[in-house]
Amino acid sequence: MKKIQVKVCQGTTCYVMGGSGSKSILDTLTEKYGDKIEIVSVRCFEICHKQDSFSKAPYVYVDDELISSASLEKVINVIESKLKNE
Amino acid sequence: MSEELETKRIKREILVRLIKAFISDNYAENVRLIPYEMRPKGCEVPFRCCVYKERAILRSRTIAGLGFAMEDDDEKTLLSDFAKKALTRKHPEPEPLTVLQNACKGCPSAKVFVTELCQNCVAKPCMKACRFGAISNDGHRSVIDSEKCKKCGLCMAACPYKAIVKTVVPCEEACPVGAIAKGEDGLAHIDNDKCISCGKCVSACPFGATHAKSQVIDILKNIKEGKEVIALIAPALIGHMPCKPEQIQEAFRKIGFSAVYEVAQGADITAKTEAKDFQERLESGAPFMTTSCCAGYNELVKKHLPEIKPFVSDAKTPLYYTAEIVKKEHPKAVTVFISPCFAKRREVLDNPNVNYLLNFEELGAIFVAMGIEIDTCEEKEFDYKSSKEAREFALTGGVARSVQAAWKGEEGAVKPVVINGLDKAAIRNLKLWAKMGKCPDGNLVEVMCCPGGCIAGNACLGSLKDAFKKITDYGNKGQSLETERKEKND
Repeated sequence: MKKIQVKVCQGTTCYVMGGSGSKSILDTLTEKYGDKIEIVSVRCFEICHKQDSFSKAPYVYVDDELISSASLEKVINVIESKLKNE
Repeated sequence: MSEELETKRIKREILVRLIKAFISDNYAENVRLIPYEMRPKGCEVPFRCCVYKERAILRSRTIAGLGFAMEDDDEKTLLSDFAKKALTRKHPEPEPLTVLQNACKGCPSAKVFVTELCQNCVAKPCMKACRFGAISNDGHRSVIDSEKCKKCGLCMAACPYKAIVKTVVPCEEACPVGAIAKGEDGLAHIDNDKCISCGKCVSACPFGATHAKSQVIDILKNIKEGKEVIALIAPALIGHMPCKPEQIQEAFRKIGFSAVYEVAQGADITAKTEAKDFQERLESGAPFMTTSCCAGYNELVKKHLPEIKPFVSDAKTPLYYTAEIVKKEHPKAVTVFISPCFAKRREVLDNPNVNYLLNFEELGAIFVAMGIEIDTCEEKEFDYKSSKEAREFALTGGVARSVQAAWKGEEGAVKPVVINGLDKAAIRNLKLWAKMGKCPDGNLVEVMCCPGGCIAGNACLGSLKDAFKKITDYGNKGQSLETERKEKND
């Protein structure tokens, strides 16, 4: 089975607007899904530099799906629906 | 992924927009437009009754961001006029906190309340438990007379169904000194004579009604005018930047600061001075001493606990010593303390060597607004090599450990007691120890207002866990004061 990729942004904007790569959140995801997901750190998605889009940070990609104002809950919902559809 | 509450995100978004407006060609007008850009025509109304109320609240929040008291707003002055006024201000306003009256919900007063889960039992232990005769029975359930009720909670403990609850006003409950309370208008007001600027009310209000008055415009103005502006970074900052400690200097230079000093440099002096002070006190028979670096605690001593003053160390804060060094080396510089909390505002105000305070959230907002990616900044080590203990000063227990490391007196004489967070119970203890003239638990009392230490300050950015790890990693790269002391003795 192909792992679901969770891409988190390391950029300053995602950090300031809510701690994108917070270790405790990533640990929670790893604990919950283990081998089913792969967490990838990306330097910056470069979305935040466009006009007002900083306000919707932090951004997270789950495979190709972009999540804005990402919270743990939102990310889990997307992962769950992907797991269900498999 | 965000762990932050929506209220914090809104405040940060406003700061970013404010700074973006400042660096734009049309500052005042762009400030005026902030509420309209955040809630444009036809947008969804996420929180309040209508888009107009939302904009009115965002307008008030912007006023706080510009550094003014929201209470003084006459509601007819344009935001653009406030923006211009902020530029002409010579000194920031003295009181650090302000309450946004139109965001304050006017929460129901704190009360003890019998819920519908009351089973109207035969034994009626609630009525037996009440010492004030406040509980009666209306035939269907127990009823509390709020005039007689002292909110002691004995009835809550007595009810076998746990059917009695106590509601609180979050800001009142969070304030350890009773400085914020609902006024006759039903809205929260801060009594500045009592307020110790700890900022617990800011974190506690779920409507985000309490704000810190920002000095960000004053600071950026000084930079824009080409002045020599120097950042004095609190030790806690290392834990709250998504980059290596060595990248911080370059990040500040990109904003326009001309130099960066670690306040850890002053923390080394505080540690040594405090160790010496403590040794002299113990030798002359003093029962205990408390630390003196937490601004919230120092305000508490001044306003509410003068009786403990004789037990407080005479050592100055790390910021004090650092600012002294900076002003000696750069007499004309404008100095800015980079702070994890609001409480340092009062200390900065009283110290002529420090001109402004920028908290971590405001600093983060500057990076976002200016598009500075701090983890791509060049690396450069600080000229002064701070000790392990100074770097870890911001952790709970860190100040006591630094005094122990710098200790030259009798081996084992230092017995630390750590007050990890100033709440009502901790204040009662301090009061008691001052009255008894002794502390039963030890002799070196470290007081930190925020649970976790300064790395958990109310204006911090990242999580406590991540900050703790970063700080200890950085600390472990520094030399211990103990090693330095032993080498000198050899």
